[in-house]
Amino acid sequence: MAEIQLNHIIKSYGKARATNDVSLTIKDKEFMVLLGPSGCGKTTLLRAIAGLEAIDSGTVTIGGRDVTNVPPRFRDIAMVFQSYAVFPHLTVWDNIAFGLRMKKLPDTEVKKRVEMSAEMLRITDYLQRFPAQLSGGQRQRVAVARALAMPSGVLLMGEPLSNLDALLRLDMRAELKKLLRDAGATTVYVTHDQVEALSLGDRIAVMKQGVILQCDSPLRVYDHPVDKFVGGFIGNPPMNFLRAAGLAAIGLIAPPGYDLVGIRAENLDSFTSPMSGALEASILVVEPLGSHNLITAKVGDEFIKVNTRAELMPEPGSKLWLKPMPDKVRWLK
Amino acid sequence: MTTRRTNLTPYLLVAPALVFMAIFFAYPMVEAFGLAFRDNDTGALTLSYFQKMVSDVQFQPALTTTLLLIVILIPIQFAVALAMALLVNAKLKGASLFLYIYAIPLAVSELAAGIVWFNIFTNNGFLNSLLVQSGLIERPFLFLSYQNQGWLILAVVLAEAWRATSIIMVILVSGLQSIPSDYLEAAEVFGADQFRKITKVILPLLRPSLQVALILRTILAFQVFGVALAVAGTGISLLAGEAYKWYYTIRNPNVAAAYASVILILSIASTVVFLVGLRSKNGEAL
Amino acid sequence: MKGLKLSRVLTYVGAVLMALWILVPIWLIAVSAFSTRQGIFDFPKALLPNPFSADTMSFFLGATNVLPSAGRSVVVAIITIVISSVIGAPAGYALARFNFRGRDVFRLVIVSTRAFPIVILSIPIAVAYIQLGINDNVFSLALMHCALALPFTVLVTSSVFAGVPRDLEEAAETLGCSPLQAFMRVVLPLALPGLAAATLFTFVLSWNEVFASVILTSRNRTLPALLVAQLDESPLNYKYAGGFFLLAPSMVFMLFIRKYLFTLWGRVSR
Repeated sequence: MAEIQLNHIIKSYGKARATNDVSLTIKDKEFMVLLGPSGCGKTTLLRAIAGLEAIDSGTVTIGGRDVTNVPPRFRDIAMVFQSYAVFPHLTVWDNIAFGLRMKKLPDTEVKKRVEMSAEMLRITDYLQRFPAQLSGGQRQRVAVARALAMPSGVLLMGEPLSNLDALLRLDMRAELKKLLRDAGATTVYVTHDQVEALSLGDRIAVMKQGVILQCDSPLRVYDHPVDKFVGGFIGNPPMNFLRAAGLAAIGLIAPPGYDLVGIRAENLDSFTSPMSGALEASILVVEPLGSHNLITAKVGDEFIKVNTRAELMPEPGSKLWLKPMPDKVRWLK
Repeated sequence: MTTRRTNLTPYLLVAPALVFMAIFFAYPMVEAFGLAFRDNDTGALTLSYFQKMVSDVQFQPALTTTLLLIVILIPIQFAVALAMALLVNAKLKGASLFLYIYAIPLAVSELAAGIVWFNIFTNNGFLNSLLVQSGLIERPFLFLSYQNQGWLILAVVLAEAWRATSIIMVILVSGLQSIPSDYLEAAEVFGADQFRKITKVILPLLRPSLQVALILRTILAFQVFGVALAVAGTGISLLAGEAYKWYYTIRNPNVAAAYASVILILSIASTVVFLVGLRSKNGEAL
Repeated sequence: MKGLKLSRVLTYVGAVLMALWILVPIWLIAVSAFSTRQGIFDFPKALLPNPFSADTMSFFLGATNVLPSAGRSVVVAIITIVISSVIGAPAGYALARFNFRGRDVFRLVIVSTRAFPIVILSIPIAVAYIQLGINDNVFSLALMHCALALPFTVLVTSSVFAGVPRDLEEAAETLGCSPLQAFMRVVLPLALPGLAAATLFTFVLSWNEVFASVILTSRNRTLPALLVAQLDESPLNYKYAGGFFLLAPSMVFMLFIRKYLFTLWGRVSR
């Protein structure tokens, strides 16, 4: 059992609060993604779990044990760093074995775990090399192998893919997903990349300015953002936001107290002729993206982005009628 | 506030160094003034040691020669160091060899440098040998005679310039290397020639490094001792040499300390002048 | 294209001239140091030792006090290295790794003492040493050299430690190391080359130091102190051999240190 509980974590740097009274429970074997823009406190939170950051107040428990004042080495965790933090003076083999030897595991056990973990990450051929002789992607694999070799129930990952180039990142993302599911550890994964978050997480905690705004499953976060920030941060293009009042004309009446409507680009049906229940929009830009077209248009004085079928290729300056799918309309405050 | 690295750790790490510096920097600095301005027997404040120093026949020449030395030396050194730094930075083949050669004097002692140049300037040294062989003069010229103060100072200047230019060069090279090549390429694209690139881009960006080097160099130039002693012997007097003489030969630590406080005051004054005169917006110099 | 080539050639000529400015005086002292006693007084002089002879050097090395003084110089330098490392390296580490109150003040103090006039320090310290009865011994002199070396050691070690990514240390801690173990197993091995260069610098500093050495010693001279004290009465061959003997190690040291010149002085100067 390696459930992680964060209770009222507060950490300040000078006057700025990196995390402002954050509480979060990460279930055993759950894959939790901490997502947010830089400076939102996600990395501070991860480091607090690792014990690398002294928190001002609050408690951290791992597997029911209060580890708030326990140094990292006694927390039973493994961590992958953004910079990989592969030791340059040790071979790949010694890097992976480092933690196992510190734990004083018997040599046979060390060997077994190193080899198993190297095999999983497909780096068996490089075991005798030094990190300087490896590419960035290979170093990253070493870092993951080193963490997975540890017999620990908690795996912490701090933006592990952000230093890889785009193509490699895509490959590694899929591979990580499989590896981590097989490993079955409680995983906390920090990223600022919403696609990564959506693709990997069992749940995503979206953070901004030191607080968690929403913690839900990927689909839920994507589909039912709690506010404008979450909707705008997740999804590409970001969710459209329109004044609720403007939709009364097409029969969409906001519940009392809500003055904003959020609707995603793929949730608008587009027509080239007037249509009841559709908003009139004038097209500004048409971007053909192969599978579909992304159209930027103006509804009244508000901008809106719409996905259309690839075949629909209107001229900029022409009109388009957009009909929101009623069950996809999200009312926000 | 009670997690792993308690805030005490850095202070514990720094403490030994601080204690050591209190004993070997703060104490002697205060005590230099104490020796210079307190009577040895009564402990009362006195100007008598200071007056003794000022009225000494060597004080005036020592002060003027030291200042003269600095005024001649520093511009030469900066010109040479800047030339060396630009050459090293010009990405020549063998640049690292040139850098090594230019840097050698960084590790040469004052005394050795003095002897190296004594070997050149002395009566039957290499300079006289060259001049006589080429027929420019008939017999060796006494460069290092105390009657030829101008030549004596020049010889000391050359020796000190030879020895202590490397440090400026290294500071300037590292300053040059921190200038993004984008700036130079941009200047080139906008039509700057080599000369303009140096005066309009490199030198302004190099100002913090220049300032640091200037301060370091000037302070160290007030202490020129071994070089002068080896090249010129007692032929010229400098402040540091007088301090040594009063302490070691005349055995009067109080007057020696008075000299030391003069050097300290001059060092601090010149630092302030350079800090204010070459002020940079964000005070990155020190 | 032709103009470009010309400027390239001129740059080379400049670089070579500058190199000659450094090398020719060194060559000339070597010529003198390896001439015979007679050769030193020859006039006009040859640009090669004629004949080549080790007489001058062996005369110098055989002179009373020279070898014991050289030995003392080495001992003083080694003690200086040990003390300044033991005291300075932790402070350098603190500067590199911790963000503590007073850090900037401490750094400023260190930086401003780096060019502190040795003349000022030496005289009061000499007086104090005599009062305490600890003057004229290698250990006391080494303490004084430490004062010179310490700001340098602190700044250099701090830049060396800062060059070892913090992540590596933290990674070691998540993998089961205590802070001390992380330092010993990860930081130290990676910092070692830089620390070795810093050590050599300290050695050179102490080996070369004249003023404090001659003030603080009387019978137990270090080599530079011995040479300075005898400058007036020593014969030319003794002087030249002594100059060369002092200078020779520095050329070798620079060979090892040059790689670190900028990581050391570049960062130190900012």
